[in-house]
Amino acid sequence: MGSNMAECHPVAFQWVMEAKAKGARVIHVDPRFTRTSAMADVHVPIRAGSDIAFLGAVIRYILEEDRYFKEYVKAYTNAATIIDERFLDTEDLDGFFSGWNEQTKRYDPSTWQYAGGVVHAAAGERTAPQPTQNAKVVEGRAPQEDPTLLHPRCVFQLLRRHFARYTPEMVEEVCGVPQEKFVEVARTLCDNSGRERTGAVVYAVGWTQHTAGVQFIRAAAIIQLLLGNMGRTGGGIMALRGHANIQGATDIATLFDILPGYIPVPKAGETEDIIEFCRTHGAPGDYWGHMDAYFVSLLKSFWGDAATADNQFCFNYLHRLNGFHSTYHSTLGMIDGWVKGFFLIGENPAVGSSHGKLHRQALASLEWLVVRDLYEIESATFWYDSPEVAAGQLHPDQIATEVFFLPAAASTEKSGSFTNTQRLLQWHQQAVQPKDDSRSELWFAYQLGRIIREKLSASQEPRDRPILDLAWGYQVDPRTGEPNAEAVLQEINGFDGEGHLLSTYGALKADGSTSCGAWIYCGVYGDAVNRSARRKPHWDQNWVAPEWAWAWPLNRRMLYNRASADPEGRPWSERKRYVQWDEDQGKWTGFDVPDFMGNRRPDYRPPEGAQAEDAIAGDRPFIMQADGRGWLFVPTGLADGPLPTHFEPHESPLGNLLYEQVANPARLQFLRRDNPYNPAAGEPGSDKYPYVMTTYRLTEHHTAGGMSRFLSRLSQLQPEMFCEVSPELAQERHLSPGGWATILTSRGAIEARVLVTARMQPVRAGGRAIHQIGLPYHWGSRGRSRGDSANDAFPLALDPNVFIQESKAATCDIRPGRKQSGPPA
Amino acid sequence: MTVRHRLRSWPVLRQLAERDLLGLGRSARSEHTQQLQGRTAAADRVVPSVCPYCAVGCGQLVYVKDEEITQIEGDPASPLSRGRLCPKGAATKELVTSELRETKVKYRRPHGTAWEELPLEQAMEMIADRVIKTRAETWEDRDAQGQALRRTMGIASLGGATWDNEENYLWRKLMVGLGIPQVENQARI
Repeated sequence: MGSNMAECHPVAFQWVMEAKAKGARVIHVDPRFTRTSAMADVHVPIRAGSDIAFLGAVIRYILEEDRYFKEYVKAYTNAATIIDERFLDTEDLDGFFSGWNEQTKRYDPSTWQYAGGVVHAAAGERTAPQPTQNAKVVEGRAPQEDPTLLHPRCVFQLLRRHFARYTPEMVEEVCGVPQEKFVEVARTLCDNSGRERTGAVVYAVGWTQHTAGVQFIRAAAIIQLLLGNMGRTGGGIMALRGHANIQGATDIATLFDILPGYIPVPKAGETEDIIEFCRTHGAPGDYWGHMDAYFVSLLKSFWGDAATADNQFCFNYLHRLNGFHSTYHSTLGMIDGWVKGFFLIGENPAVGSSHGKLHRQALASLEWLVVRDLYEIESATFWYDSPEVAAGQLHPDQIATEVFFLPAAASTEKSGSFTNTQRLLQWHQQAVQPKDDSRSELWFAYQLGRIIREKLSASQEPRDRPILDLAWGYQVDPRTGEPNAEAVLQEINGFDGEGHLLSTYGALKADGSTSCGAWIYCGVYGDAVNRSARRKPHWDQNWVAPEWAWAWPLNRRMLYNRASADPEGRPWSERKRYVQWDEDQGKWTGFDVPDFMGNRRPDYRPPEGAQAEDAIAGDRPFIMQADGRGWLFVPTGLADGPLPTHFEPHESPLGNLLYEQVANPARLQFLRRDNPYNPAAGEPGSDKYPYVMTTYRLTEHHTAGGMSRFLSRLSQLQPEMFCEVSPELAQERHLSPGGWATILTSRGAIEARVLVTARMQPVRAGGRAIHQIGLPYHWGSRGRSRGDSANDAFPLALDPNVFIQESKAATCDIRPGRKQSGPPA
Repeated sequence: MTVRHRLRSWPVLRQLAERDLLGLGRSARSEHTQQLQGRTAAADRVVPSVCPYCAVGCGQLVYVKDEEITQIEGDPASPLSRGRLCPKGAATKELVTSELRETKVKYRRPHGTAWEELPLEQAMEMIADRVIKTRAETWEDRDAQGQALRRTMGIASLGGATWDNEENYLWRKLMVGLGIPQVENQARI
């Protein structure tokens, strides 16, 4: 669901086809019939954005039909855990959980906690509420449980109640999926689960680009935990990511709210004591109990000898956050004048981000802009080549932005590692030298830092201490000025006090004797070998291929694989054998590196007061979770609730058939004149935008087109922007195949060629036919193949957990013919 | 070459002799095509690489002759891709060798109507000056409550998913050193 794998990740899809050849059933749930649907056993057309209603109904089906994997659920999930008696569900509050603050539009999650205890989140918003008088921080186990799963406030019963109204009839009404088709899917999932069989869920941006995107994935996680599909071969949830190193860029981390290795960035008003900070943010009863060792080692990598125990290892050199500082917030900051300088390196927001006009306006509001890219993309030409300039709304001489375009080096012109969508670090070796002024980002970062440090070297300003004390002594190639990428990978891997490369994050210390640039990558350079560069052919090793490249953490190819064995450590079945306890050897063995303490007996129970991994019992596979269990119910860490709940997209032609509250109340909206929203269903003017539009990708183009539209062959294969419409919609709006259509929203108009196809079907939901329009989003005004940008039609509205734009569902109108020239209305 | 041999090399006769009536089999070969070699055979070296497009991470082999890339193919040894590439991956050679690639610094002054040339070293100096100036002008030491902020919100950065891990790390390290919190990448789309 939420992925067109055959077209967007075709080489990975070979494994789906291979599984199918061996008898696996492939189900594709998607608004459009695509090549993935054509290869699947079942295609289920669904109304865009209604996925939680569908998935919630699968959860209900599993529970009501008694199809959950009982031993797995009882032992490995928090199903038996009892929740705080103050907790109120969306069933009680008509679309809200307890803790909603109407003024701040945020939740206080304290009533979602475990009864009599407090747990930390492994990710997301980590600061657990302060324990109340009678509650203590949970270490290794939940304080109150009902193994019979009958307690009315145990997670299992709360789950049951929360999804009670997500019936097959409701799926038909909300999603437009016939009941029989839904039941066929739910039954197939259940039939393929248990000791002998597993099922996998694959998603991509079709799930994430929604204002409740994180909760879409949470719903899949609940299904996979109930069916016993996590940590087992053939199971899991696979995120198919769109860029070569989007995983690594998240891990290492060019995101405002995390530092390398998912360490949170401190907030204003938080403690200035690093150890106390780590105690507040890291759960004491799992591997996050060592956050102090990870964080101090990171600071040692950043500031080297300047980071000492006496100065908190430079913890107070770090800036502090006091709000959301996502790229969309920065974009609005450019328009509002407080962001003045911008580095745009290998990304093209003028095409790739929702409401492109807003992004181009932001670029035109800057004092200075640095663009680094292979080609002259739209985000570099906004000042002379943009829809606004073409329409005469803006003239180049009105734009004050000073623009530096610096040519970048390609992957073949530099060495370095990409982390793929399975957490696999793979090294690419430099093949040739970059030409003329082209340079790597490594060169740019290093040289810019060097020049700034030289210019500030005499400064006595306290604010310049962090930049001047930075460990910046990189060796460079005397001919090219390029730093050695392997030396940087070694810094990321980390060193012990004697300067030896570390092999495991278990060796990291909080006393400043070790350094490590990203604790989860520790071991990539173990035994002084660049393990990401290993390329032992797959035919010379086992099917897990552990000697091809290196997976974080510690070369584990499947996370939480302790769950592939039962609580006693035996494989659930011979067929699904993966990692198991070997009593004779006294350790875990298997095809993969066990994702568990290697010699921890299955019957180990932590003593009172145990800390970090010592607090993890031998039958708790989820070692990054505070209680060692898979969370069906998330007591902390999410901004929009402990359980997934169906909400309509921010712009939808329908109201919410399940709750009074229509859209995710915690979503991030930007109510300002330059970001107009189409009226919500039922509001005056909503009939102006009766259709649903959704964006997608093509095999022959890449995201915002910067790496594909400039290429001749790819541009020949997909030469222009088009929209996919059903024959019914074509008839309703008089659209002719191959002709032009204009898509209208309150953001303006875009034009596209019309592709009338039965692959698009109107779905019947909310008692009427809902027409959906498919829009590939690759085009812009530059390159060999040009066209309007689909993202120009979408508004800025974000998921509240991860700040991802909603570009998979919004409302619009469609009219035959080209858009009118001149300024749009 | 004997007469007999020359006669036998006549395509029509070869088609008949080899029962290749459509002329799509071996009889379509000539002396010239027999001697042709793939670009891969003539390469000076083969460099292991990874596809720069999506996150599947297909293995690539980069063929280099006379310090120019002559071909990029899928790496059959990869357990992820087993030698396959999709249309984008198969176009990597054009991505990196296209004549449309920019290889020179371009500069557009405020209110300018055309690009200008600028030496790389001078561009770097100018960018460093702007970072220092904007940072100093927009520095926030503390908030209204007196809580430490130690940062500038006057500068932001976007991108990262197309760079290497080492580049992401070094850039983040520099941004942390400068007190620039607004560092973001493609994870928000």
